[in-house]
Amino acid sequence: MKKILSALLAAVMLLSLCALSGCGSSKALTLNVYNWGEYISDGSEDSLDTIKAFEQWYQETYGEKIKVNYTTYASNEDMYAKLSSGAVSYDVIIPSDYMIARMKDEGMLLPLDFSNIPNYEYIDESFRGLYYDPDDTYTVPYTYGVVGVIYNANVVDEADVGGWDLMWNDKYAGEILQFNNSRDAFATAMYKLGIDVNTSDKAEWQRALDELKTQSPLVKSYVMDEIYNMMESGEAAIGAYYAGDYFTMLDAQADGVDLRFYYPERTNYFVDAMCIPSCCQHKELAEIFINYMLSEEPAIANAEYIYYASPNSLVYESEDYREELGEEAMEILYPGIDNFSELYNAYAYQNLDSEMLDFVNTLWESLKIA
Amino acid sequence: MRTASRIYTALVMIFLFAPIAILLVFSFNDSKSLSVFSEFSFRWYRELFRDSETLGAVRNTLVLAVSAALISTVMGTAAAVGIHKLKNRYLRAAMDTVTNIPMINPDIITGISLMLMFVFVGRLFGAATSLNFATMLIAHITFCLPYVILQVLPKLQQMDKSLPEAAMDLGCTPMRAFLKVEIPEILPGIVTGLIMAFTLSLDDFVISYFTAGNGFQTLPIRIYNMTKKTVTPKMYALATIIFFVILFLLLLSNLSDADTVQAVRTAREKRKTAKRG
Repeated sequence: MKKILSALLAAVMLLSLCALSGCGSSKALTLNVYNWGEYISDGSEDSLDTIKAFEQWYQETYGEKIKVNYTTYASNEDMYAKLSSGAVSYDVIIPSDYMIARMKDEGMLLPLDFSNIPNYEYIDESFRGLYYDPDDTYTVPYTYGVVGVIYNANVVDEADVGGWDLMWNDKYAGEILQFNNSRDAFATAMYKLGIDVNTSDKAEWQRALDELKTQSPLVKSYVMDEIYNMMESGEAAIGAYYAGDYFTMLDAQADGVDLRFYYPERTNYFVDAMCIPSCCQHKELAEIFINYMLSEEPAIANAEYIYYASPNSLVYESEDYREELGEEAMEILYPGIDNFSELYNAYAYQNLDSEMLDFVNTLWESLKIA
Repeated sequence: MRTASRIYTALVMIFLFAPIAILLVFSFNDSKSLSVFSEFSFRWYRELFRDSETLGAVRNTLVLAVSAALISTVMGTAAAVGIHKLKNRYLRAAMDTVTNIPMINPDIITGISLMLMFVFVGRLFGAATSLNFATMLIAHITFCLPYVILQVLPKLQQMDKSLPEAAMDLGCTPMRAFLKVEIPEILPGIVTGLIMAFTLSLDDFVISYFTAGNGFQTLPIRIYNMTKKTVTPKMYALATIIFFVILFLLLLSNLSDADTVQAVRTAREKRKTAKRG
């Protein structure tokens, strides 16, 4: 009896061990891609299934089968935690600017071999030499976006529209949404006051805090994702968010809601870029993948799916793409691309050191408690 | 008093089922909005079946849940039998407590400690990546095991000890007595354990999140990761389908339960009349 039971147990253990080693040593060529959720054209609504298309294209071009393991993350911090645990290996990742700067400083990125990425020539000049990668050695920009103010034109007078002041206008008390995240919320106040958002002068941050405190009686609530439903339904009338996301809200706005969008004078920019982490196992393959993502068909499909602006000239110069988006959307998504690097390096968030981050978070908590 | 209790019941029902009802209704909405119901359509169901990433995640989740449930049921039943057979009272109490630890431990601690262990062992053997399907499976078996043991052990204790003894008196080998007498006797416990293990594995997020490797992503993780943009209504459609499949299984199992009860009852009646006759 006991013997049989222990034999059974041993068999189960052995089985799981076999499974462990079996999975570890699969021979097929696989490329591990780690991207944001919902951040690639995936074949829905008759769009291009980018990953499948790449697998097919690779087999046709190189006569070898390849499998792309495509997984997603919810935030830069999640991705960073997973990579730095040392338990996983990815070949291509797509973090945001400030995280790229941090990973680069910590030696977590590999320099790219641009001879494998000839399509890099289509990346607009103004996306080169950005602060997180001044010599363009580690990154290929994937998308970018600009924060603007969204408002319901049925509630807000056109005369009040134009700057960050709208979010401090007491005429609209109880209609205003503010970011529920310290960096973004402070930035709205700092842009309004003309303070550098990356300053290490604590007095300036204190000034921004005071500005946020005068705003807080007017604020309906501090939100992140909830902004979609609150703006779409007309529950709130003013809020700041990314241009690409404004179109998602516009698509779903209720009757009697008339959402519009404008850029204040100073505002935040972000760039998400493709990089190769140091745990990469197929570097050349990863570069081929990055190059493929820059080619016309997948780049346009991704830009149409994600609805963020693309730094790729094959995309924003394409007639089909411009037609698909319409003139109005093009104007909002691509505002004055010419001096992008200048604006970006002046206004985009850069990584604060941990002492500053702690300080900002203390200020933020004091605002939320008050 | 009576109306008060009715209102109370109604409130409980509303809080339990209103979220599911809303999800169900909006899965048929033609637009993306959660505030405006524009038009009835199957759009999101069509989109769902075209989304290979999500379907892959569903497949992963099912493969993981089924294998974790089966393995942990076999191991858990064996463990329960072993614990039951222990003669030493203190050793038995100790074993009971030890097997309960993974159940009492917060998920996040189980998740992190398992991840650290996998990374450590992986480094020891010089593997480039230490997390994969197998590590996730081990993690899921770990947290499912105590639930299986907890279901099977009481059934063993309730069982009449003389039953397997009688079987062996009548010439059964111990193995045969175990398979033919003990297993049928504790089967309800095993089945409940299996179902519990399956559902636990199916909706686990925290432990999976920490032990997920490169290419293996389960459905809860995929949905969580959609928060850069909004969660698409495809997920409402998927949740609706899952809800109805589970409802159907539940009805089926309840019906078969009712059948068994009925069958047992008629068998008993027959025996009684036979005795009298």
